[in-house]
Amino acid sequence: MVSVTEALPLRAPRLGLPVGAGVVGGYLSLIVLVPLAALAARAGDFSRVLSNPEAVSALKLTLGLSFGVVVVNAVTGTAIAWVLVRDEFRGKQLVNAVIDLPFALPTIVAGLTLLALYGPRGSSGINLAYTRAGVLLALLFVTLPFVVRTVQPVLLELDRDMEEAAASLGAHSTAIFRRIVFPNLLPAILSGVALAFARAVGEFGAVVLISGNLPVKTEVASVFIFGRIQSNDVAGAAALSLVLLGISFAVLLGVGALRRWATRHDRQS
Amino acid sequence: MIARVSLRAGVLAYLAAILLVPVGLVFWRTFEHGLHAPWAAISAPDARQAFWLTIEIALVTVPLNTVFGVLCALAIVRRRFPGKGLLNALVDLPLALSPVVVGLALYLLYGRAGWLGPWLTSHGVQVLFALPGMILATIFVSLPFVVREVVPVLREIGTDQEEAAATLGAGSFAIFRRVTLPAIRWAIAYGVVLTTARALGEFGAVSVVSGRIVGKTETLTLYVQDQYESFNTTGAYAASVLLALLAIGTLVLMTVFRPKEGI
Amino acid sequence: MRRIALLCLTLGIAATNAPAASKDTTLALVAYSTPKEAFAKIIPAFQATPAGRGINFTQSYGPSGDQAQAIVAGLPADVVDLSLAPDLQTLVKAGLVDKSWDKNAYQGIVTRSVVVFVVRQGNPKHIKDWGDLVKPGVEVLTPNPFTSGGARWNVMAAYGAQLRAGKTPAQATAYLTTLFHHVSVQDKSARDALNTFLSGKGDLLLTYENEAKLALAKGQAAYYVIPKATIRIENPVAVLKNSKNKAAAQAFVKFLYSTAGQRLFAESGYRPVNLRVIKSFNFPVRPWLFTIGYVGGWDKVEKQFFDPNNGVMAKIERGLGH
Repeated sequence: MVSVTEALPLRAPRLGLPVGAGVVGGYLSLIVLVPLAALAARAGDFSRVLSNPEAVSALKLTLGLSFGVVVVNAVTGTAIAWVLVRDEFRGKQLVNAVIDLPFALPTIVAGLTLLALYGPRGSSGINLAYTRAGVLLALLFVTLPFVVRTVQPVLLELDRDMEEAAASLGAHSTAIFRRIVFPNLLPAILSGVALAFARAVGEFGAVVLISGNLPVKTEVASVFIFGRIQSNDVAGAAALSLVLLGISFAVLLGVGALRRWATRHDRQS
Repeated sequence: MIARVSLRAGVLAYLAAILLVPVGLVFWRTFEHGLHAPWAAISAPDARQAFWLTIEIALVTVPLNTVFGVLCALAIVRRRFPGKGLLNALVDLPLALSPVVVGLALYLLYGRAGWLGPWLTSHGVQVLFALPGMILATIFVSLPFVVREVVPVLREIGTDQEEAAATLGAGSFAIFRRVTLPAIRWAIAYGVVLTTARALGEFGAVSVVSGRIVGKTETLTLYVQDQYESFNTTGAYAASVLLALLAIGTLVLMTVFRPKEGI
Repeated sequence: MRRIALLCLTLGIAATNAPAASKDTTLALVAYSTPKEAFAKIIPAFQATPAGRGINFTQSYGPSGDQAQAIVAGLPADVVDLSLAPDLQTLVKAGLVDKSWDKNAYQGIVTRSVVVFVVRQGNPKHIKDWGDLVKPGVEVLTPNPFTSGGARWNVMAAYGAQLRAGKTPAQATAYLTTLFHHVSVQDKSARDALNTFLSGKGDLLLTYENEAKLALAKGQAAYYVIPKATIRIENPVAVLKNSKNKAAAQAFVKFLYSTAGQRLFAESGYRPVNLRVIKSFNFPVRPWLFTIGYVGGWDKVEKQFFDPNNGVMAKIERGLGH
């Protein structure tokens, strides 16, 4: 079905405010485009980044940890979404609301709360400060909501008929999940994973207190960049930033493509 | 049945270990000796200044991004123009960018050796290491939320009603005020809540552009870090609790305004 | 709605740039990471004097090297108090501080200290001297010499101590290499390093005597040992050339050198430069105390040790993997 707007002649009354793209473009340029252009211009030599062992370690560590985190999130996020949609228990609404806490809580506070439990004077007795496990924990905290929130709506809308039919034919519940439910959830899981990855790669506030910024061991890319800025080595900082930005951008484009693929049956041509 | 209960238990245990217990512990540790110490900590002049600075930044950031968000959503959904793809990407970019990189970009633009820095300083305008820089950083990172919430709603409601109003002779501003705005107001509300939460909680980008000027360019989040690193755990926890309470308030509003599934 | 937003933005910018009322001056103090608590006492004391009445302060603290770079990048400053002279030279080179900053009665130095070893309670590893630092299993903490002024004092103290004990420069350099193989964390600033140590990491922290004293005074577990051979730390202070409140800034610096100011520094653990004040405080004298002049002076040392490409420390750091 063709949208009404597209059927109208171009001289139809203009909808929306007569302000439009000019103001929007101007605002975006001032706030986003020009600063990023300054970043790109000052990036200097990329080979400097690649030849600096500390920068390379930070990048490798960041990518590795972020990948690990999203793998965990793919599993736990789906499990949490499943429990929130398919299960019933007292306090479920509260748990549902709490999932968004990492979105709302400032990252530095998140880091502090983790240290309260898992730090050197933490109440749990486990000290994860200055360890990769600590960094992983901080990243798990901030990426918690992503997969949950992309999978939940899909699960909600999922038609149960097929599952029930399979069950009545004697299929085991894990087989049902694997063969019927999971393929339907996969696009949503991947979507959430990509968003979580982009977030994990750039995370700073939650990580900065618990990681101790040990070069090679726990220093992630964002912390390394911060250090370079403080020393006024802006070329080095900008170069690594652009590499990081390139990776995040690629992931985002991938998400966009995934979303389009996942909803290809829903869109009207 | 067992599988269901154990899955539930597993999920709740994970949430407890990662999320609930740490946050609850900070509340506990802050108040375990009574209200006096945390209240004194949060009433300290530096803490109060940090709080008001954070509020001030949010009061500028949120309205600007809301107005921009609605205009941008209208442009994206209702107009055709070259570069719309780029616009979309730019709007989404702050979500994928590390906040430290945002700070760096501003540093490069407004610093003493930056493109705009020297010109602005010679006219008496200090951007970096001062309030305007922090506002710009906060606007950057909280840019996308209103746009992303309003766009799908605008798409969904279509243009029928607005066209009807236009054929009845209403001017475009009147159409916007009477037809479009009421339809998108809950999306705007939800977007505003998200934007506010992001603005209040910003840390990485303001870390870079703040200059660590105590009492002047220290937001509440920077104050938390400063207190923790100065051995003042009471001060750090008290400020954290305040921020956490603001976050919980945000959560409540999010739950109230969240776009209903399936509509 | 747009008008309101524009108004807010304008107000926001105006508020930050509003000229100070003619009666109230504001001085911007930019300092390294450790004197924050000292200035918390000194500034009110200055404001109580006739010269200081009506003068407000903004303060910024951070790693010495980084703070100097921030000022170069545009951080507003009237008075700067840094960890060591080379960081001030960065500002001289950028045209922000006058060349003659060190031509006063105190050579521009406002406080002194020494490098000490901070150890665990009871000193379980029996660390007394520099040789004990490189024994097997000893974990040493020091900040990163390329960001932290305190770290550069630590390095020169270690190097000079070897020379003082009769070693050759080559042997002293070899000692530095071994020492840094024992360093497990290199924080950005002296204050960060102290925090790391207090959080349980490491057996020993190399830092300023005043940092150790401050931590002890705050009830933290910072027991310290002063080695026989250590370096005299000297922290410079200066007024910026482009300061809009030069008279007020100079009055403040004068206060810092005065008996009253020096006494307050001493109470915060710093060794005063004012001779009258030194006498009333009990700072231990170390038999093999030496100054930066003993190891060649900062100009030579900066080039030889801390040049980011060819310096001794750059080579050592690269050998460590960073």
